[in-house]
Amino acid sequence: MTKEVKLQEKYLNASTKQLVWWRYKKHALAMIGLWAIAILYVSALTCEFITPYSKDDRNLDAIYAPPTRIRIFDDEGRVRRPYVRTVQFDLDTQSMQMRFEEVPGTYNPILFFVRRSSYSFWGLWESDLHLFGVDPSARINLFGTDRMGRDMFSRCLYGSRISLSIGMLGVFMSLVLGLALGGVSGYVGGWGDGLIQRTIEIIRCFPAIPLWMGLAAAMPQHWHALKVYFVITIILSLVGWTDLARMVRGKLIALREEEFVLAARFAGAGHARIIFRHLLPSFTSQIIVSVTLAIPHMVLSETALSFLGIGLRPPITSLGVLLKEAQNVTTIALYPWLLIPVVFVIVTVLAFNFVGDGLRDAVDPYSR
Amino acid sequence: MLAYIIRRILIMIPVMVAISVVTFIIIELPPGDFLTTYVAELHASGESVDQAELDALTRRFGLDQPLYIRYLMWAWNFLHGDLGYSFEWRKPVSELIGERLLLTVIISTATLLFTWVISVPIGIYSAVRQYSWTDYFLTFIGFIGLATPNFLFALVLLWASYAYFGMSVGGLFSPEYVEAPWSLAKFWDLLKHLWIPVVIVGTAHTAKFIRMIRGNLLDELRKPYVVTARAKGLPETQLILKYPVRVAINPLVSTIGWTLPELVSGIAITAVVLNLPTTGPLLLRALLSQDMHLAGAFLMMLAFLTVVGTLVSDILLAWVDPRIRFGAREAV
Repeated sequence: MTKEVKLQEKYLNASTKQLVWWRYKKHALAMIGLWAIAILYVSALTCEFITPYSKDDRNLDAIYAPPTRIRIFDDEGRVRRPYVRTVQFDLDTQSMQMRFEEVPGTYNPILFFVRRSSYSFWGLWESDLHLFGVDPSARINLFGTDRMGRDMFSRCLYGSRISLSIGMLGVFMSLVLGLALGGVSGYVGGWGDGLIQRTIEIIRCFPAIPLWMGLAAAMPQHWHALKVYFVITIILSLVGWTDLARMVRGKLIALREEEFVLAARFAGAGHARIIFRHLLPSFTSQIIVSVTLAIPHMVLSETALSFLGIGLRPPITSLGVLLKEAQNVTTIALYPWLLIPVVFVIVTVLAFNFVGDGLRDAVDPYSR
Repeated sequence: MLAYIIRRILIMIPVMVAISVVTFIIIELPPGDFLTTYVAELHASGESVDQAELDALTRRFGLDQPLYIRYLMWAWNFLHGDLGYSFEWRKPVSELIGERLLLTVIISTATLLFTWVISVPIGIYSAVRQYSWTDYFLTFIGFIGLATPNFLFALVLLWASYAYFGMSVGGLFSPEYVEAPWSLAKFWDLLKHLWIPVVIVGTAHTAKFIRMIRGNLLDELRKPYVVTARAKGLPETQLILKYPVRVAINPLVSTIGWTLPELVSGIAITAVVLNLPTTGPLLLRALLSQDMHLAGAFLMMLAFLTVVGTLVSDILLAWVDPRIRFGAREAV
């Protein structure tokens, strides 16, 4: 058998999943997006280990320290393993700002798998192993520090953990609401359909951010941070479910008159079985695409709310909470590294959009 | 056509009632009533509380009445132009929100026009020259625009203009015009400042529209009538602009309904960053200080504007697209 025939046979015998995956792999941007998401999620999940400091590690000696420079050449111009210099700081009494100067000749190599401050990994076990670090006499702040001398790199990773998890949780909740209400609306129809459709229309009349602002601002200030987290997620999904519900309804209306549904009904299948065994699987791929495209929306909304000061608040650290510190022009002009969380937000949103677009093309059997 | 418009306006009434209920729920959501907050604030600042004034306020807002009566009173007052009383500013709400709403309307209209003006030519170009380098480049820029949320874009722009040009891009008026009454000079000054929020809020939508027009136009260009027209020797420019483009830009009008809430929403948060005198900053402040009558009036008016905008777009669409016009007549 020639190679070509073998390939052809492989193609003909491939399952739908394999076909989708092959088509998806051809999409370069979508693959980049997939990798970016994988890296973001892995680093968010293991951020205690990857970060050199904990998110609340204050260092009052290094307030608003700029990003540490990583060097590979020493003073004589020889190549050394990557190192950082010890940074000296003093207060400029005229401008009342901290000045940072590297001490020439100091050498603090970047060490891997070091034992430094202890943390509780996922609250499951204690550890003090960090991916990298430097000698405690020096500091390594890849993204600089904030107004309390906390390491921005560590805070960004901890922040993306919260922001990404809100995206997931919020989308999951809107998915449940969207499937249930959209399902009733599309499959049962009648006055329930009318009611649900009118509700969706009214929710969509409101500009989302002012509506979220109104709901979020009603939360009492003294609430526990975790409670705030869940309520914010619910508020975000209150608007998010409408898109999914519309999509599900449209699909169900189109599909419920198909012959295979009639056949299933004749065979004695109940409504639940028809919906979950026959109807839903025929548009799972579209649901996955919608969900993928809805996650970045959630992440953005959470960032926006926290940025305004009515979403999550410290001690919870999300990307929006981090950006709240960068609201003031003068602050950003003096300490531009406070804007680094923006990069995380944009990368997350772009990556999900690429993946969503790639998936949409891949699951569409009529695309080439 | 007239019957269609009247029917559309009648549909608006139950929608507005529902919106007012949602708004009222938000007004009532914070624990305690605003009068308690007000009294607590007065105590904190050491001012004495006038019992007669309190009683008058209680009666005016029906705070001793059950919830539904309070809602009816609020809605009734709203219909008669009494939007409530701002406890923070100690002024009637209607005095506070008028100009800000007007500016919001101006910015959202300008943004909508901006996105159209930019996205139509780019969309057509990308579709006609599919897979050219320019197409890839524009698609890439579009993706970036789509991924960058308005307020982050505003933040970065704020920083860049401050760091590299030493100027502040905040505000909508030069200092000398902020308090000045409306005049031609003030309006001109507004136009000079308007482009910044318009560009910021418009970018994301421009990207969306470009993709929409590009996709639609690509579908149209493959249709047989295009081939026929070309075979008959119609000049290429005339051919594309006269037939497929007209079909492809239809969604620009038909999506106003959901574009408008997004624009208003984007302007609200961009305005907070850029400190624009629109509804956003004042709404945020009202919410944070639980000045709920002011916040409620804003929410209500923003939703109302959106509904009116959707109505205008529906009428526009019926005017542009005969299928909808005639469909409506049959339905009536």
